[in-house]
Formats: sequence, C-alpha cells, structure tokens
Amino acid sequence: MALLDVKGVHAGYGGAPVLNGVDIAIDAGDIGVIVGPNGAGKSTTLKAIFGLLKVSAGEILLDGTDIANSEPDRLVPMGLSFVPQEFNVFTSMSVNENFEMGAYIRRDDFSGLLVSIYDMFPDLKAKRNQKAGELSGGQRQMVAMGRALMCGPKILMLDEPSAGLSPRYMSEIFGQVTKIAQSGVAVLMVEQNARQALGLASKGFVLAGGKNRFTGTGQELLDDPEVAKSFLGG
Amino acid sequence: MNELVFFINKVLISGTVLGSVYALGAVGITLIFGILRFAHFAHGDLMTLGAFVSFILASIATSLGIQTFWPNGFIILPFAMVITAGLALGIDRGFYQPLRARGVKPVTLLIASIGVTLMIQGLIRLFAGVRTRSFFEEVPKELFRLDMSVIGASRPLVISEPQILLVASTLAAVIALHLFLTRSRLGKGMRAMADNADLARVSGINTRHVIRATWVIAGALASLAGTMLALDVTLKPDLAFNIILPIFAAAIVGGLGHAYGAIAGGFLVGFAETLSVFNWSVLLRPFKGLLPEGWSFPSDLSIVPTEYKLTVAFVILVVVLLVRPTGLFKGASS
Repeated sequence: MALLDVKGVHAGYGGAPVLNGVDIAIDAGDIGVIVGPNGAGKSTTLKAIFGLLKVSAGEILLDGTDIANSEPDRLVPMGLSFVPQEFNVFTSMSVNENFEMGAYIRRDDFSGLLVSIYDMFPDLKAKRNQKAGELSGGQRQMVAMGRALMCGPKILMLDEPSAGLSPRYMSEIFGQVTKIAQSGVAVLMVEQNARQALGLASKGFVLAGGKNRFTGTGQELLDDPEVAKSFLGG
Repeated sequence: MNELVFFINKVLISGTVLGSVYALGAVGITLIFGILRFAHFAHGDLMTLGAFVSFILASIATSLGIQTFWPNGFIILPFAMVITAGLALGIDRGFYQPLRARGVKPVTLLIASIGVTLMIQGLIRLFAGVRTRSFFEEVPKELFRLDMSVIGASRPLVISEPQILLVASTLAAVIALHLFLTRSRLGKGMRAMADNADLARVSGINTRHVIRATWVIAGALASLAGTMLALDVTLKPDLAFNIILPIFAAAIVGGLGHAYGAIAGGFLVGFAETLSVFNWSVLLRPFKGLLPEGWSFPSDLSIVPTEYKLTVAFVILVVVLLVRPTGLFKGASS
C-alpha cells in the first residue's frame, strides 16, 4: 500500500464539484507531479488532501488511515505538509520566525533541522532576521519550502513552486525537490512547467475535468504522444 | 516658571495618563482585529466591565478589612484581570463564536458587538444602577505634590497615586506583551495568524487556541485599562463607552492589527487631545512685558474648547488615513 493513497476523490467548494474521482498514489522518495489544463482540479486536489475543502466521496489514506476532511492541525503532526501557491510566507515575520512557525506543532528541539534547512538554502542564512516580505520571489519560495519542511514531514505538497520564478530559481527549486525526495520524503507537486517537472517525476498524473486522464511514470507520460499533443503543447 | 509646571501638569501628565488608557484599549482592539478580522465595538464596555469587577473585588477586600500601602482597587487587579479575561472568553463563546462557525461576514460580527455593548451596559445599569462611584469613597486619593522651586516655580507638580500606577502598569503590560509576542511560541503563533490566517492554519497552528489567547489578553488589558481609568476619575456605566471612538482612532492610526502601532497611536491621540485643549495663552504670560503698552495676549489660545476634545482624535484619524491609509505602522489591510 502506498504512503499516500487518494482513491476516487470527489470534492468541491460548495457549488458544482471540481474533483470527480481523482486517484493519486505516492510512496516515500517519490516525486509525484500533477499536470493538466487550467481548471482541471490540480490545486484543488492538493487542497482536498489537506482538508481545506470538503471531500464528498472517495478516501484519502495516509499510512492506511483515512484522513479525508481532517483539519490541518491534525494532519501536520501526521506528517503532511503543504506549501500554497500564493501568500505562502508570513511577510511581517523574519525568515527564522517563519521556520519556527513551520515547527509550531513540535515540542522537541528542532535546532538541528533548522541548521540543515539553512544549509539547503544558503541564500537565506544572511537574511535570517530579515522580514520574509522583503525578500525576492525566489527567496520567498525557499522560505515557504523551508517552513513546510520544519515539521519534518513524510509528504511535502507543493502548489506550483516554480510559478513566476526566474529560470535560475526554478532550477534551484527543482534541484531541492529532488534532494528532498532522495532524503526519503514523498513530494507531490502541481506544476505548470509540465515538461521540466515530469522530467523529475517518478509518478505523473495528468488531470482533466477533475479526474485522471493519464497516469504513469514521468518518462512514460513524456513519451506518450497523446499526452504530448494534448497537454504538453505538442 | 509656573507656566512650565502648568504645562507639564496639563499636557505631559494628562497626556501620558490618557495615552496609557487609550493604548491599553487600542491594543486589545488591534489584536482582536488582527486575529478575527472584525472591529470589536464592545471593547469599551469590556473595559467598564473590568472596572466593575475590580470595584466589586475592592469592596470585598475593604469589607474584609484589607488595608495596604496601595489602594485596594490596585491590589485586586490581577484577580480582576483573570475574571475579565474569563468574561471575554465567555462573550466570545456565547456570541461571536457561533457566528464565526456560520462563516458570517466581519460586518455581522461588528453589529453583534454593538449588541454586546448595549447588553453589557444594560446589565451594569440593572445590577449596579446608574450612579457614579469612586474607588476612594472611604480612603482619600493620594496626591503627590512635587516642589518645583528648584526651577523657580511656586506651583507644585501634581500627580495622583492612581496616575503613577496607571503609567507604571501600562509600561509593564507593554513590556510583557512585547516579550510574549516576540519570544513565546503562542505569541509568535498569534502574530503568524494575524499576518496570514490561512497559512497559520496550514502550518498546523491551532487557531482556536490562538483565538482564546487573544481574548484572554484583550480581556485582561481591558480590565487593567478600565480599572485604572476608574481609579483616576470615577466609575460609571458608560465609563469607557465614552472613549471607545478615540480608542478606535488610536488603533486605526497605529495600523489595525499592529500591536506596537496601537500603543503609539494611543499616546499620539492622548497627547494630541491634551495639547489641543491646552490654553497656550498661559505660556505667553511671561512675555507680556514685551508687548507695547495697552496690548495684551488673547486670554484663550487653546486650539479647541475642552468640550470638543473628541474631535481631535478624528482629525488625526482622517489625516492619517489620507496620508498613510494603512496607518503609521503598516497594518493589516481590509
């Protein structure tokens, strides 16, 4: 059984359902990438997993426990962590305080983890006491990822981590995602830069109309002529 | 030099006293706004309620024959603060939380808080009557007259014991609040939630816990402010309702959601009020000799008459909103 197993999930924001049966399965060390056209339900899938909107049918199993419709303050201690696409740092708080907020649920000593996160994003070391709102877009994304890693997650979910970033930061973020996965964390991300992201992916999910259209390894999806034609721009 | 002493008495001391009360009230309003995103109109009445709790406790202490160096209204403050914090939690649980659970708009909560205002005032009038009370009915209020003859003044500097206690306890409360917000886990969580409530939730911060902590702090500070105000003047059912508008002005001027801004805003509004009603003609008196024969300075050079003191807060509010819409410190928008 997979570490995170999303089975036939239906969910929505109260009006017409956005998800009509999404299946996602990833394991420790996997990089799962969700791609698809606008409105396919990519971000909604992450939000549904994280309990931010109501799941009306299907199940979401984390280590075999159904976590559908659980509050984030229960999910984070279970090892699930989420980086929203926008407004994903505490702008009025310092970089260091952002990381502390990521570790809010922890009562143990997390100074070792803090050091390793600064090692991961050396740019932030000199800015640790600077307010996150004063940083550049790429640095903010690093703060956001660092914050999400501070709880020591088993699964890290990223909503379009490369959106609006310069190529330099984009490759840095993708490089870190690879390292995070190698350290044994399962990464599940939604990406607009589908080609690059599927290039890293051990599991790829193409969503359209709120359900899976294609599922396979990243390479399989890249090689599939139909996926290439319909979803990767030829 | 009498004029200078008069200035210190009328402007510096009064401004500090008024500013302290405004600051303590405005901090509560700004914290509640930062966390719950609504203007808590009933905050003045929470202050009055806190003052009545203190009055009851002080009366009990007096009837038990407790007599200390400090006024009884002051020594019972820690208990009054705890009780008022509990009442604030109860008000939230009874009136605001059910509305939040239904996902109402902030304006609904604002209207509900106006209802709570009327309710608290009504209950106070029902149980305590409408008369004005004093904490110093049995023991006189201690006044300190500092001899200012060193600077050649015959008038003394006058400050009352409650005023000294008010300023000292405001200072202590501000320092404690600062340490709480910057050093403690819960305090940082509170700042995080004020900054970005969705992200705080996503980070696993227990937002219900933070909301409770906010009411405890706001209630305790309201009790402190209300009690000190009642010690300085008198206790009546509309004690703090009368100053809720300048307190709101202070919170907005400082930038809603910004605790330090609220403190700065409180003192700014407090000093602006005392400076505006001060009769500046007094300071010109020593220069009377410089005027040509038969001329004199106008006898009243205050900027506004005392009865219009309240307008000052609004002039500042309007000007700040025009020049810096987010407040002096960058506050939470909306």
